[in-house]
Amino acid sequence: MTDLFGFWAVFFPVLRVWFTCLVVLIMLPAMFGISLGITETYMKILLKTLEWATHRIQRASRAEEILKRSASNGLIQRNDSSLEQEIEELRRNRPKTAERGDFTLSDVLYFSTRGIESIVEDDVTQRFTSEELVSWNLLTRTNNNFQYISLRLTVLWGVGVVVRYCILLPLRITLTAIGLSWLVIGTTMVGFLPNFRVKGWLSELVHLMCYRICARGLSATIHYHNKQNRPKRGGICVANHTSPIDVVILANDGCYAMVGQVHGGLMGVLQRAMERSCPHIWFERAEMRDRHLVTQRLRDHVNNKTKLPILIFPEGTCINNTSVMMFKKGSFEIGGTIYPVAIKYDPQFGDAFWNSSKYSMVSYLLRMMTSWAIVCNVWYLPPMTQEEGEDAVQFANRVKSTIAQQGGLVDLAWDGGLKRAKVKESFKEQQQKKYSHMVVGDDSSD
Amino acid sequence: MGSRASSLLREEDIEEIKKETGFSHSQITRLYSRFHSLDKGENGALSREDFQRIPELAINPLGDRIINAFFPEGEDQVNFRGFMRTLAHFRPVEDNEKNKDLTSGEPLNSRTNKLHFAFQLYDLDRDDKISRDELLQVLRMMVGVNISDEQLGSIADRTIQEADTNGDMCISFSEFTKVLEKVDVEQKMSIRFLH
Repeated sequence: MTDLFGFWAVFFPVLRVWFTCLVVLIMLPAMFGISLGITETYMKILLKTLEWATHRIQRASRAEEILKRSASNGLIQRNDSSLEQEIEELRRNRPKTAERGDFTLSDVLYFSTRGIESIVEDDVTQRFTSEELVSWNLLTRTNNNFQYISLRLTVLWGVGVVVRYCILLPLRITLTAIGLSWLVIGTTMVGFLPNFRVKGWLSELVHLMCYRICARGLSATIHYHNKQNRPKRGGICVANHTSPIDVVILANDGCYAMVGQVHGGLMGVLQRAMERSCPHIWFERAEMRDRHLVTQRLRDHVNNKTKLPILIFPEGTCINNTSVMMFKKGSFEIGGTIYPVAIKYDPQFGDAFWNSSKYSMVSYLLRMMTSWAIVCNVWYLPPMTQEEGEDAVQFANRVKSTIAQQGGLVDLAWDGGLKRAKVKESFKEQQQKKYSHMVVGDDSSD
Repeated sequence: MGSRASSLLREEDIEEIKKETGFSHSQITRLYSRFHSLDKGENGALSREDFQRIPELAINPLGDRIINAFFPEGEDQVNFRGFMRTLAHFRPVEDNEKNKDLTSGEPLNSRTNKLHFAFQLYDLDRDDKISRDELLQVLRMMVGVNISDEQLGSIADRTIQEADTNGDMCISFSEFTKVLEKVDVEQKMSIRFLH
């Protein structure tokens, strides 16, 4: 019994020192947006270490003949020519018959080669798993093809594990806990104030502070570009989606009205608290199915020019930050100005992608907090509006291309929903139709 | 947890696959990663559903036939060896192909074996003959609903007529080879690896 008391007597002052350090060195500067340079120093050391590790691995790999990955990380060279071109070529050596259009037994070669190519490497399935790194970054989770290289590297990895799990993890959990509790308390307090202008200003302040603390809780280093294009009130902010952390990243530099489903549990507490201080848009599960209702509510919010810009992720699901997939047209039918934002994470320091079929939210957050750091670039792009004669789908594609180009991401037309759902039959029917033209020539029924 | 795919593939296995298929060491490890990422059930073998999950393959009109080519008669699972053996048909033919110590006489990516792969896409019941019925079924897969039965039937008849030399109203493998003798099969049925 006395042992326990003795332990506590020692432990308590340590805890107090720990907390004071935390508050003074990290929380307070974070809340007011100042930087003490601790993170910068940490990043510099980290960068140097990783460079050294890469150098070592490359030296060893030259001796062991392990492949050097090309910059694009691709496995095979895909043929970009069309169905028509390829089948024409296959038929080239066949004696020409009188009628245009023809079937030959060799036509099947086109489909079989394309099929095998897509089995070896396809554009879509790779987007739903974490990006492969060119060189190992000393985290076990990204250890794909890297074998034992040297003792020093392994020791370094071991040190890394200790640092990440025993020092950084508790620190980050504490910070996040403080950040979230402050969010709930702060917003509830602001919620009690009457609706003066001060309320809005205070609410923004509280939100900003809390998100900044949470960002520190992830050791996030964010570089914002083109801040003059930041989303304004009454607008819609649209961004590519990689993980739930995207919200923290964006909210660090501005206040947004969130859109989403009502959750239970901790998320629900946060949602209700945030709702008290400024209007967000939370939908019940049943309401989400009624597209008309959803659009109407969003439109009402946007038309009220005093309300904060809405934050929407039109992909609808998390993609692994190497590409941008189809933007659902719903957000582009609301009207109002679209403010596109491109977010690109640097995978060297920590993989931010949430593979929701593999990890639950909690294990994902733990993984985030035991990475080296989260480093990302955020580009604010000039506002865009729907043009004359352009429908919602075309507008969505235009915005998507802009974001893809800025972030250096691959622009894909495939639906992010393919993560879980099957592809639509209509795409196969398109292919069949194209091929039919090659078989019967141009005098087909339509 | 990150994929430790390569650690599940032993060096001896890689050597055997190298001898059998002619793929290089690095190609085999990369393809193993691919195999592993397709294997959602993580049981070391792929099922038909695993292939169907690839959108580009699912919209390929002959997707089902291609998937079928991976599975031996009556089986529902294909392991990595089988996977590689089928993919080996599409390995490019190098001019100075050193004759490695192969168990069968001919490499898997020879012209004959490539043609045999294509032949089997038509030969639904694997009896080494393409009957009119089988040809019609495959044609129907490729054109969908866009061509009438009569038209398709006449196309099938004409094709068999042109190819059939021994009068049995079916296309055998040698007749098939004859029809495609001028087609650059080696080039058209190859996938180019970047490494």
